[in-house]
Amino acid sequence: MALHDLIDHYRRVDSPIHRLRTGPKFTAALVVVAVAVAVPLPAGWPWLGLLAAALVIAAGFSQLPPSFLVRRLLLLEPFVLGAAVLALFRPHGLSVFVSLLARSTLCLLAMILLSATTPFASLLRTIRDIGVPKILVSVLALMYRYLFVMIDEADRMRRARSSRTFKAGRARSWGASSGIIGQLFVRSAGRAERVYGAMCARGWR
Amino acid sequence: MPRRTVPLMGLAAAFIFAAQMLNFPVGAGTSGHLVGAVLAAVLLGPTAAVIVMTAVLSVQCLLFADGGVSALGANIFNMAIIGSIGGYGIYAAVHRFCGGARGRLMAAAFASWCSTVLASICCAGELAWSGTVPWSAGFPAMAGVHMVIGLGEALITAMVIAAVDRAGFRSQADELAAPSGGRRELLVFGSLIALGLALFVSPFASPWPDGLEKVAAMLGFGHKASAQPVLASPFADYRIPGVTSAPAATALAGAVGTVVAFLLSFSLARTLSPASVERRPEAQG
Repeated sequence: MALHDLIDHYRRVDSPIHRLRTGPKFTAALVVVAVAVAVPLPAGWPWLGLLAAALVIAAGFSQLPPSFLVRRLLLLEPFVLGAAVLALFRPHGLSVFVSLLARSTLCLLAMILLSATTPFASLLRTIRDIGVPKILVSVLALMYRYLFVMIDEADRMRRARSSRTFKAGRARSWGASSGIIGQLFVRSAGRAERVYGAMCARGWR
Repeated sequence: MPRRTVPLMGLAAAFIFAAQMLNFPVGAGTSGHLVGAVLAAVLLGPTAAVIVMTAVLSVQCLLFADGGVSALGANIFNMAIIGSIGGYGIYAAVHRFCGGARGRLMAAAFASWCSTVLASICCAGELAWSGTVPWSAGFPAMAGVHMVIGLGEALITAMVIAAVDRAGFRSQADELAAPSGGRRELLVFGSLIALGLALFVSPFASPWPDGLEKVAAMLGFGHKASAQPVLASPFADYRIPGVTSAPAATALAGAVGTVVAFLLSFSLARTLSPASVERRPEAQG
């Protein structure tokens, strides 16, 4: 399915950026975000330019296709725009609007680079090492493991429905979709029971 | 938190993520999707729901860079903590007075609506606090839009819970969902007070100096409002004839909206759950 590609396609590419250790890379991304958010404008514009240049160079080394980066940015930009447009309705709105857009684009670019060049498992190890609660890390790991299973399961149910339906009205399709979600939950709870049994059988503490 | 709930929370997080990808057509080419904070809270209990929603938001951030890291804290606060715990508090309070399968659906629908609106109000507050969007523009715009969006969330949540009930599902969720007596009371009343504050008092207590002044300019004095035609139209909905004070009008609009949502939840529960159908005792899940 296309979504598997969307999530994991470029994590296994080999490049200098991919080979960087996860810990320093994660820290670097956080530093970029912190600087991009906190630097005062307009005095800080050179800093933002520097960050942008660094990110573009890193992107160049990462061997990620530029089209992928641009598409991912465009996918996320509407959320930023939504908040930024509201800023236009105030006295000096335009400068707030522009700085908000620049700051958040830099943050997004840093995160996209990090997430596209780092295997999720090593990201999880890193956040565990910096002290994120263990229970949350376990839940994240399990979630990542079963995400694809769930998405496939939902997709199968949706396909089964659409192959049995000529043209569903709005009410019908809301009913069917919520039925699918309900069924999906029942199945995931059943699966969780089995997974728990299997984990215990393998000596999970 | 018992150990056996860890796999369930992981799977539930994956479930919420997958459920968010199913589109519900709204019309005119747009569609919406579920957020699922109240759904998770009703099915798994509030504590587990906070962890599940935090995991969902973190994965969206780490996998898709959705929301970015800088907004992750605010997102978790709005959707995972306020959305789940506030929503669950309202759910528990309403369910207490309206028992049975029908009361459960109604409570879940109303709680979903409230949690959507609450989260949006928190977001408006954060935007105002950061100086990005003035409270006077952010609060009515965010709350107004989400009072409509919340109707969709409420409808989907109630329909999903009805579907889960129909499948005869009974998990340890019910035992998980029942916190000890004292904490439950605290949770319920705390959330109700928070809701009351957020909906009705906040327009009065706005600490941002331009807030009241600007609302007054838009609502009361036409010559200023006409200078900003783009803004004037959404604000028109908040003007109620006969109410002269601007904050009172906003508060009244919030109160009327809440009552309408409550009534809609009531009729939705009646439609989804005929009185004769009770939850079937046998479990297949």
